[in-house]
Amino acid sequence: MSTTSPVVELRDGAVAIAGRPILRHVDLTVRPGEFLTLLGPNGSGKSTLVRALTGLRPLTLGSLSLFGTPIAEFRDHHRLGFVPQRASAASGVPASVAEVVASGRLTRRRLLRPAGRADRAAVTSALELVGLADRARDSVATLSGGQQQRVLIARALAGEPELFFLDEPTAGVDLPNQRALAEALGTLSSTGSTIVLVTHELGPLAPLVDRTVVLRDGRIVYDGAPLQLDDAHGHHHPDPRRTDHHPGVVAPLDRTGEDADW
Amino acid sequence: MIDLLGYPFMQRALIAAFVTGLAAPVIGTYLVQRRLALLGDGLGHVAVTGVALGLLTGFAPTWTAVVVAVLGAIAIEVIRERGSTSGDLALALLFYGGLAGGVMITGLAGQSAAKLQQYLFGSITAISVTDVWFTIGLAALILLLGVGLLPQLFTVAQDQDFAKVAGLDVRAYNLLVAVLAAVTVTIAMRTVGLLLVSALMIVPVAASQQLARSFRATLGGAVVVGAGAGVGGLLLAGWISVRHDASVAPGPTIVLLALACFVATWPVGAWLRHRDRLRQPFPAGAVAPLEATDHDDHDHGPACGHLAVPHDDHVDYVHDGHRHARHGEHYDEH
Ligand SMILES: Nc1ncnc2c1ncn2[C@@H]1O[C@H](COP(=O)(O)OP(=O)(O)OP(=O)(O)O)[C@@H](O)[C@H]1O
Ligand SMILES: [Mg+2]
Ligand SMILES: [Zn+2]
Ligand SMILES: [Zn+2]
Ligand SMILES: [Zn+2]
Repeated sequence: MSTTSPVVELRDGAVAIAGRPILRHVDLTVRPGEFLTLLGPNGSGKSTLVRALTGLRPLTLGSLSLFGTPIAEFRDHHRLGFVPQRASAASGVPASVAEVVASGRLTRRRLLRPAGRADRAAVTSALELVGLADRARDSVATLSGGQQQRVLIARALAGEPELFFLDEPTAGVDLPNQRALAEALGTLSSTGSTIVLVTHELGPLAPLVDRTVVLRDGRIVYDGAPLQLDDAHGHHHPDPRRTDHHPGVVAPLDRTGEDADW
Repeated sequence: MIDLLGYPFMQRALIAAFVTGLAAPVIGTYLVQRRLALLGDGLGHVAVTGVALGLLTGFAPTWTAVVVAVLGAIAIEVIRERGSTSGDLALALLFYGGLAGGVMITGLAGQSAAKLQQYLFGSITAISVTDVWFTIGLAALILLLGVGLLPQLFTVAQDQDFAKVAGLDVRAYNLLVAVLAAVTVTIAMRTVGLLLVSALMIVPVAASQQLARSFRATLGGAVVVGAGAGVGGLLLAGWISVRHDASVAPGPTIVLLALACFVATWPVGAWLRHRDRLRQPFPAGAVAPLEATDHDDHDHGPACGHLAVPHDDHVDYVHDGHRHARHGEHYDEH
């Protein structure tokens, strides 16, 4: 693989959810080692784009390649890391922090084989990076929301991915831990990993970013050097119309006064 | 008691109860993790139709029950995946359809209700040698897959999106759990009966998760409770029957024993969780040092009766909702 071949290549991508177009005409090329942030208001399609890039949402139009392989044929799942937005780490049965983080190693383990020494070492160091090493044996359900978010970050780190998608990983995480995460991502980035980060507040992550993409209403409206978050959220271009393109009608009987006139 | 163990039917029943008690909680743990605790119940009701079809056509009811329950499991998975009907509604539909269909078909077949009763409430003491082997084989399969694929099944149940990105075939694993649940239902049918099948899958999990902090511990504990309740319930039912010259059904006894385990572990679990919370250190520097006030009428010490928590180089005393760490003239909150 030559160093210049893109890690992510999305051409004229479109995604529709339940028939309604969410993303349209999205072209996005991410090169190895880039640290990219995806910005945009609520509902602009950031999560949808990340889900499309990880293969969770099928494209209705366009083509997507990861590491030069079309997504349909992509099998190198260990090269991908994913931190979903606002997922809870808890489930119906107690699970220890270490167990949840260990599931991030699955991409590197073979079926019916016990975890090896490398797997355990990766779990330990991922937990140290997010500052939860002392909670490894506790049940995740007893952790706070921000701590659970850090568990999910550790789970993705444990797989030692080359391409890292994080959907609002710092939502609800306090400043010291945002700094710790920034440090971890900085280390990762400096070792050549590619990072795609969705966020509303960059905070301590700001110095790491070398490219910003802004989405609005399912389209890319800016792609270039990092910019101030205020610009991305359109405060300088007041626009009274709704920007999330939501029809405002859930069912025919649900018309609200606000939307009834169209 | 010893006489009872000498009977071959009792030995067969003990083996069946033991392996069923081992296998059922394994699948139950995954169902509880996915918040589908009632799936086993739905499949149990569907299997009633399977048993009735066996009675109608003359095939072995065990086999027709396996086939129909597996088909029901696949149907539930498909309905759930399509997302058009919520999971618990889909379950309810199968529940009623299965039970009503079963009772009606049994009527058509002209079989007496007593025959169906065997399957509804279990008939472990009437189990044949072939049935014992059948039970052992299927239980071994469930244990092998349920424990061997633990990391995969755990991840899929924990976070489907993450599992998909990690390259796991989420649909296949979901289907596998549903099919294994159907198989569990049919082997447990002989032990506790279709109406109580789900109890043997779920109640041991409920009991063991009171004391466990990890998934593996929950699963291990549930297997111990399940196998213990299986064997213990059977012996208890036999003993009561002999002592009081009554006929106590083993199935309900097994379930009640598992429930007793839950009732016993619940307060212990609540107390352990409470103690854990007390012992958890507050984050360093979160609370400013407080002046020594006279809220304590004594100097805390080993004998003062307050919970003493060793903490780095000193000892904190937990009392009245705070952690008292004496520090020279004042105390700190730890
Ligand atoms: N599962 C879904 N079903 C229907 N519509 C959806 C679904 N998920 C997203 N959408 C729609 O797609 C659009 C984009 O949503 P998306 O989650 O990508 O926004 P986002 O930019 O990530 O917003 P946020 O900042 O709130 O995370 C929204 O209008 C939303 O209503
Ligand atoms: Mg989002
Ligand atoms: Zn005291
Ligand atoms: Zn005090
Ligand atoms: Zn202290």
